[in-house]
Amino acid sequence: MNSSQAEGTATLEQSAGQAPEPGTHSATILDHLRTAFPNEIVETNEFRGDLTVTVRRGRIREICRELKEHPGLKFDLMLDVCGVDYPQRAERFDVVYHLYSLEHNHRLRLKTRVSEEDPHVDSVVPVWKAANWFEREAFDMLGVRFNDHPNLRRILTHEEFVGHPLRKDYDHERRHRLTMAYDLAQVTGPEAELEEDAERDHADKVGAEPMVINIGPSHPATHGTLRLEAKVDGEVIVDSDIEIGYLHRCFEKMSETHHYQQVIPYTDRLNYCSPFLNGVGYAMAVEKLLGVEVPRRAQLIRVILGEFSRIMDHLVCIGTNIVDIGAITNFWYAFRPREDMYALFEACCGSRLTVSYVRIGGLLMDAPADFVEQCDHLLKILDESVHDLDRLNTRNMIFRSRTIGVGEISAQDAIDYGFTGPCLRASGVAYDVRKYHPYHGYDEFDFDIPVGSRGDTYDRYLVRMEEIRQSTRIIRQALKALEPGPWQIDDRRITLPLKEKVYSDIEDLMNHFKLIMHGIRPPAGEVYGYTEGGNGELGFYVVSDGSGYPYRIKVRPPCFAIFQAFPDMIKGGLIADAIAALGSINIVAGELDR
Amino acid sequence: MKQDDQFSQSVFTTKIDEFVNWARKNSLWPLPFGTACCAIEYMSVLGSHYDVSRFGAEVVRFSPRQSDLLIVAGTVTDKMGPILKRIYEQMPEPKWVIAMGACAASGGFYRAYHVMQGIDEIIPVDVYIPGCPPTPEAVIDAIIKLQGAIQRGDSEKQRALKFTQLESEDQKEMERELVAG
Repeated sequence: MNSSQAEGTATLEQSAGQAPEPGTHSATILDHLRTAFPNEIVETNEFRGDLTVTVRRGRIREICRELKEHPGLKFDLMLDVCGVDYPQRAERFDVVYHLYSLEHNHRLRLKTRVSEEDPHVDSVVPVWKAANWFEREAFDMLGVRFNDHPNLRRILTHEEFVGHPLRKDYDHERRHRLTMAYDLAQVTGPEAELEEDAERDHADKVGAEPMVINIGPSHPATHGTLRLEAKVDGEVIVDSDIEIGYLHRCFEKMSETHHYQQVIPYTDRLNYCSPFLNGVGYAMAVEKLLGVEVPRRAQLIRVILGEFSRIMDHLVCIGTNIVDIGAITNFWYAFRPREDMYALFEACCGSRLTVSYVRIGGLLMDAPADFVEQCDHLLKILDESVHDLDRLNTRNMIFRSRTIGVGEISAQDAIDYGFTGPCLRASGVAYDVRKYHPYHGYDEFDFDIPVGSRGDTYDRYLVRMEEIRQSTRIIRQALKALEPGPWQIDDRRITLPLKEKVYSDIEDLMNHFKLIMHGIRPPAGEVYGYTEGGNGELGFYVVSDGSGYPYRIKVRPPCFAIFQAFPDMIKGGLIADAIAALGSINIVAGELDR
Repeated sequence: MKQDDQFSQSVFTTKIDEFVNWARKNSLWPLPFGTACCAIEYMSVLGSHYDVSRFGAEVVRFSPRQSDLLIVAGTVTDKMGPILKRIYEQMPEPKWVIAMGACAASGGFYRAYHVMQGIDEIIPVDVYIPGCPPTPEAVIDAIIKLQGAIQRGDSEKQRALKFTQLESEDQKEMERELVAG
């Protein structure tokens, strides 16, 4: 398939990616649960195709284990844990788990409730490792406590922060200033003891204490805001700990103070390497809540620009990965075609990076008249650039020796940690939302899902390179299918009338005024919308109370799940390998910390 | 008379300060303190299309000890504040600061519980760039403006003024702590 495979060292396979049928119906899942735990289920509910089961908190871990291990259920991918605050209720907090089964291709939202006085629930970290950071976040944001959690301390806010900001009674402007930067050892809870044990063991063996070094957050290889503290023995990493939250910009709290449509500029700044894809993910989640689908032309433009964004994302990842390894020239080759993609976005909406081009119900405006020609031109440039990049890196001896076998993670571990996207595919699991749950007509396009075999840094590079080629294939097909037509749905409760009409027609003027002042009002309910973002499954859990403001929006950021596996990936490797591995998992702080 | 002409063609007279400023403004070594989206646009500024080396400011250094221009590109949160301050303090004199983008300048549209409402809460700023993120042209404009200020010696006076104010506040705080402790 590509030159690297011909050489026989890199084994990148092509999976046609036939997704399993959405097998088990929600009735079957419910039957299983009802038989196994007859007294635990409080409430079940199905809304817009999302199955929600509310259970008592007492046996939550047993229920989760059953959901994961029962052959008919097999919920092996734990996507998200979050909390929702309902101050009027006696049991004030919902703890919400989003689960997915790769084998059966079915999803479940599991909920349990805890009160403010006794906000305790058993941790599910023993069932899925992925739950670790998600539970810490729920603790940080809402103050839900998870029993037996290995390290329940704040994750996004800083050490001197007081209160839990996502509680409804917390004012969104109330700040707490941090007076100094803390060492991680000072703030590590029970893990510190473990580390001390490890230190003692190690000291017994070699008679010397390992050294602790701090990398980041202001370090060229940590891309601004990541921080790693590694315990090293010479050059070998014995143990490490991560601190995040240096870019926690309060996305979720801010979204609760804005109308649904006004949240879109904030979504652009989540994964700022591919801003357009976040907007699509968010708009689709709200459209699911509203029960509407956007017109064909809007779908295709979203697909085309979305795939260009994916290419932009992969190019930044590959480019920065390479520059971290020490090749600055190759970085410029990866960055050059981005300028031409910026030009395309600028032509569509007037903005280069943070585009805000998506609207709930369609797009801001139609694509320019010469959209197809511009895309064709861009595709030509891209083909050349990808060819150049491939020739510079793929068989480059230095690059290969720095990346092959570095930062490996097995498919089993990757699933357990909640990996999705290119990093999961590099480990050999062909899960891609575009194939498994096709949206916006992805099922009509002919494209392949590249999968790696070792799950190392080099495989992740190869997967991303091949995905760029596959994306150009999708764009070519979508451009052929693109025809003139409406680019937003014709419903004045959701989309704005055309500006010309606002100035000439009283009814459109009134509609415009109403929508701007009061916003879109979706029905009360909750949905989990998911799309394939640049880094994997990007989920938006949207809770509506029927008003113009979202009651709660929880982002399921793909790299949040990936980054928590990082200490495992680099253990036993060299510091330089950790830097190479870090670049390849593409952690974007805007999405990680939100 | 003839000798004087020759003299004027091979020698020029200036003040030493002006000469040093001229050298400084044309060889700024920036430290990109990139935290968010603006950092991506800053990479475009460095890239071949906009090529900031035309203005002598392309030698990015990630060590504060080796740089004289701090470009804060992106949102600075309360958690990041002490780190930014330390980086600023580690830079040798003379030093200048550019706040790139709405977040660094004012907190931007993140009026929220964990976001610093502009980096001038903790460090002095010479040039603010509006935009979310600013276009690369705006960043280049800011660098040219800063170069002008360096040449005139304006920025140094302004910064010294701000710095003494901040310093005295720090000192007051330390005194308070001493009294309390």
